[in-house]
Amino acid sequence: MQILQLKETVAFMSYRKIAMIFSTLLMIASIASLATNKLNFGLDFTGGTLIEVGFEEAADLKKIRQVMSDNGFDDAKVQFYGSSRDVVIRLGLREDVKAEMLGNEVLAILESGSGQKVDMRRIEFVGASVGDELAEQGGLAMLTALICILIYVAFRFEWRFAVGSVVALFHDVLLTLGLFSVLQLEFDLTVLAAILAVIGYSLNDTIVVSDRIRENFRKIRDSQAEDVINISLTQTLSRTFITSITTLLVLAALFFRGGELIHGFATALLFGVFVGTYSSIYVASLVALALGISREDLMPEVIEKEGEDQEQMTPQ
Amino acid sequence: MLNKYPLWKTLMVAFIIAIGALYATPNLYGEDPAVQVSGLRGVEANMATLDTIKANLTDNNIAFTGIVLEKGQVLTRFNNTEDQLRARDVLDDNLGKKYSVALNLTPATPDWLAVIGGTPMKLGLDLSGGVSFLMEVNMKEAINKAKVGMVSDFRGDLRNEKIRYRSVKEDGNTIVVKFRKVEDLEKGQSLLKKRYRDLLLTSNDDTLTLNARMTEKKLKEIREYALQQNITIIRNRVNELGVAEPLVQRQGKKHILIELPGVQDTAKAKEILNATATIEFRLVDNEGDLSAALNGRIPASSILLREKDGTPVLLKKRIMLTGDHITDAKSGFDEYSRPQVNISLDSAGGSKMSNGTKSNIGKPMATVFIEYKPTDRRDLEGNIIFEKVQEVISVATIQSRLGKSFRITGAGSQTEAHNLALLLRAGALIAPIAIVEERTVGPTLGAENVQLGFQAILLGFGLVFIFMVIYYRAFGVVANLALGANLVLIIGVMSLIPGATLTLPGMAGIVLTVGMAVDANVLIFERIREEIREGKSIQQAIHQGYDAAFSTIIDANITTLIAALILFAVGTGPVKGFAVTLSIGILTSMFTSVVGTRAVVNAIWGGKSLKKLSI
Repeated sequence: MQILQLKETVAFMSYRKIAMIFSTLLMIASIASLATNKLNFGLDFTGGTLIEVGFEEAADLKKIRQVMSDNGFDDAKVQFYGSSRDVVIRLGLREDVKAEMLGNEVLAILESGSGQKVDMRRIEFVGASVGDELAEQGGLAMLTALICILIYVAFRFEWRFAVGSVVALFHDVLLTLGLFSVLQLEFDLTVLAAILAVIGYSLNDTIVVSDRIRENFRKIRDSQAEDVINISLTQTLSRTFITSITTLLVLAALFFRGGELIHGFATALLFGVFVGTYSSIYVASLVALALGISREDLMPEVIEKEGEDQEQMTPQ
Repeated sequence: MLNKYPLWKTLMVAFIIAIGALYATPNLYGEDPAVQVSGLRGVEANMATLDTIKANLTDNNIAFTGIVLEKGQVLTRFNNTEDQLRARDVLDDNLGKKYSVALNLTPATPDWLAVIGGTPMKLGLDLSGGVSFLMEVNMKEAINKAKVGMVSDFRGDLRNEKIRYRSVKEDGNTIVVKFRKVEDLEKGQSLLKKRYRDLLLTSNDDTLTLNARMTEKKLKEIREYALQQNITIIRNRVNELGVAEPLVQRQGKKHILIELPGVQDTAKAKEILNATATIEFRLVDNEGDLSAALNGRIPASSILLREKDGTPVLLKKRIMLTGDHITDAKSGFDEYSRPQVNISLDSAGGSKMSNGTKSNIGKPMATVFIEYKPTDRRDLEGNIIFEKVQEVISVATIQSRLGKSFRITGAGSQTEAHNLALLLRAGALIAPIAIVEERTVGPTLGAENVQLGFQAILLGFGLVFIFMVIYYRAFGVVANLALGANLVLIIGVMSLIPGATLTLPGMAGIVLTVGMAVDANVLIFERIREEIREGKSIQQAIHQGYDAAFSTIIDANITTLIAALILFAVGTGPVKGFAVTLSIGILTSMFTSVVGTRAVVNAIWGGKSLKKLSI
C-alpha cells in the first residue's frame, strides 16, 4: 500500500515565505500568551497539597466545598477528576499548620462530612522550595538537552544544520508551551518529560531530513541548494508521514486509554509530534537554507594518501 | 547478489532475544502473600529466628509454602492472604520488640529462574501504591552545632594545656579566641593548628585575637556527615514502622528520599519521621539566682528552661552529654513501679558521663528534651526554619558516678516513658529534618494505573501492528516481529537492571518507543521501495535500503537518547521511570529493528533471486 505516490518533486521551499510568517506568528502568539496568561503550573512546581478521593456514588461538589470551607479551608479548589466519582481537592501552601499533615486532615473531614465511604486515591504535598528547585532543574534540563544536541549535530553534520535543528526544537518547545498556556492546561512534571520527548522526536525527524539533504548534495551535482532540499524533502515525505501516523496512533492510545494522570503528557506529545513534523520540513531546512548551506559544506573531507604520487609510477 | 547473514549472526540475534525473553518471564508469575521478619536496631534475624517462626506457625496451625533466611530477614510465604494476616498477628505477639513483622508480596518466581537471577520488574509507587517522602536536612543547624562543639572543644584544649585565654566566641563562620598575652596567643595558635588541621587560623598580635575559620572542605564534611547520619537514623525509624522493602536514599545535597510501598496510614509514618528529638544532660545551676533569672537577669554561664508543668529550672550552659552518644534506650519500671527509661551510651559517651558526674555526686542533673519542629517559614536562602522547643523532662540527683548505662526516672507516665525511649532509641539527629514533599498513592489507584498502562500498551501495539501489516504487507509482519521482540527485550532488561523501576510514565515511555521504534523500519522499508523504483534488483534494493538507512537511524536515535539521558539525570520518581524505559527502548529498538529484521529478511528473502517483493 502506498499513501503518497509522488511522481514530481514538491516545491516545498517555494512556500517558505508563508511558512516563515506562519511560524513567526505562532511563536509570537505563544510568547504573548506565556507572558500574559503564564503557564498553569501544577502542584509539582507551585507547591501545595492535592488530595484525590473516590466516592462510591457521584460526588456533590457544592457540598464538598461547603464542608471544606466550614472547616476553615476556604481556598480549597474542588474539581472532578476524570469521572463524577473522583474528586480532586487542591490547597495552597499555608503558613500556620504543618502542611504535610493537611492531606490526612482533609481526608478525615471528607469522611465525616459526606457520610459516604471515601477512598483515598492519592495525596500529594510539595513544599515551596521543592517546586522552585524543580522549575529551575526543569529549565536547566531543557537547556542542557538543547546544547548537547546542538553539539552532536554540529559534530555529525554541519553547524548550519545544527542551528537549523535547534531553532526547530526551540520552535516546537515554544509552541507546545504556548498551547499549554493558551488552553491553561496543567503543566506538571510529566508534561515536562513529554516536552523533552518532543525534543527527541522532532529531532529524529529533522535528522532524517538533514541526512537526506547531505546525501543528495553529494549525489546531485550542479544544482541549487533549494532544489536539493526540495528533492530531499519529497523523498523523505513518505517516511515522515508514516512515522508520524504510527506515533500518533500510539499517542492516541495513551490519550484515550492511559488515564487522567498522563492526559497532559499525551496532549503535549500529540501536539508536539504535529509541530515536530511540520518544523522538520519547514523550520530546520529553512534555517539551513537561509544560512547558506551549499554543496561544498557537505562534501566529505578528502584525505590525501601518503605516497599517492608514487603509485602513478607503477605500470598499469 | 544475495543477502545472507553468517550463521553466527543469526544465532546471536536469536540468543539475545532468547535471553531477554528468559529474564522477562518472571513477570508472568504472580505474587505470593508473605510475611517478612527483620531485626531492629542491630539485631539480625538468624536461623534461630527462623526456627522460632516455624514453631510459632506450626503451633497455630498456619500453613506456609516456604520460609527462607535472606540478608538478615526471614521471609515466609503463604497460600492466601488470610493465612498471611493470621501469621502476622501471631508473630507480632510472640517475637517481641526486637523484630519488626511486615506484610509483603513476594514474587512467585520459580526456583530455576531465581537461581539465574531472574526477578520481576520493580513497580514504582504510582503502580504499587504507597507513600514517598522527600525530607530536607537543616544544614544551617548542623553547622551551628559543629561550631558550638568547637567552642567548647577549644576551651577544653586551652584549659588542659594551661594556656590562659580571655574568651572563646563564635562569630559567623569563625570562632574568635581572645588572649591576654602574645605568648599565650602564640602557644594557643600552635596548639590549635596541630589539633585542627581543617581550620584556617589567622592571628592578630595587636588585638590579641585568633580567628579560626572552617574551610570549605570542613563545611562540606559537616554537611555530608549530617546527611549520612540522618539517613542512618531514618533507616532505623523506618525499620520500626514494619514496612516491607522500604527505600531510604540520598537525593542531591540535602534531601533524603523515603519510599514506603504499601503504606496507607501516612499519618503515623509522618509522626515518626518528623519527630526529630534529641536529648542533652546538663547540671542544674544551684548557685544562680532563679528569681533574678526569671526577671531576665540570667547568669552568663546558665540558661533558663522550664519543665512540662511550667516550673522554671536554671541550668548550666555546658552540656554534659549530647544524645548522639545514646546507643539504646528502653522503658521499664523501677523498684517502686515508677516508669523509667534505661539508657546505654557508647564508650565515648560513657567516659564523658563519667567525667562529668564524678565531681558532682549529690548534685541535681537535668535531662533536657529538645525537639525541632519544622515550621512553614523559610529564611532568605529558602531553608526551612525550625523551631527549637526545649523542655526539662526530669531533674534527678546524681547518686553515683554514672557510666555507660544509667536510668532516668520521672519521665511521666508509662506511655510517655515508652515514647521517650522510642525517640531516644531512634537516635538523636545532628541536624533537624522536615518533610518537604509527600506523594501517597492509594491501592485502588495503583491497581487502576497498572490496568490503564497495560491497556494503553496493548492498544498502541495493536494499532501499529495493523497499520504496518496493511502498509508493508509481509515486511510489515517482519517489523511487527521486531516490535514484539523489542517489548520482550525492554521488559527483560528492566527486570535485569536492579535500579530500574516501572512507573506509569514509564509505561507511556514503552508505548512511545513502540511508535518511534517503527521509525527505523519505516526508514529502511521506504528506502527499499525507493531503490526498487529506481530499477535496482530486489536483492540490491534490500542491501541498499538497510545500508543507506543505517547512519540515519543511528543519528536519529542517539539524539533522542541524549534527551532521554538528560531527563534521567534530572528527573525523579515517575519521570525518571519514563527516562529509563525510553532509554532502554531506544537501545533495544535499534537492535531489533536493524539487526533483528535484517536476520529475518535475509532468511526469508535474501537467499534467492526475486522478481517481486511483498513490501
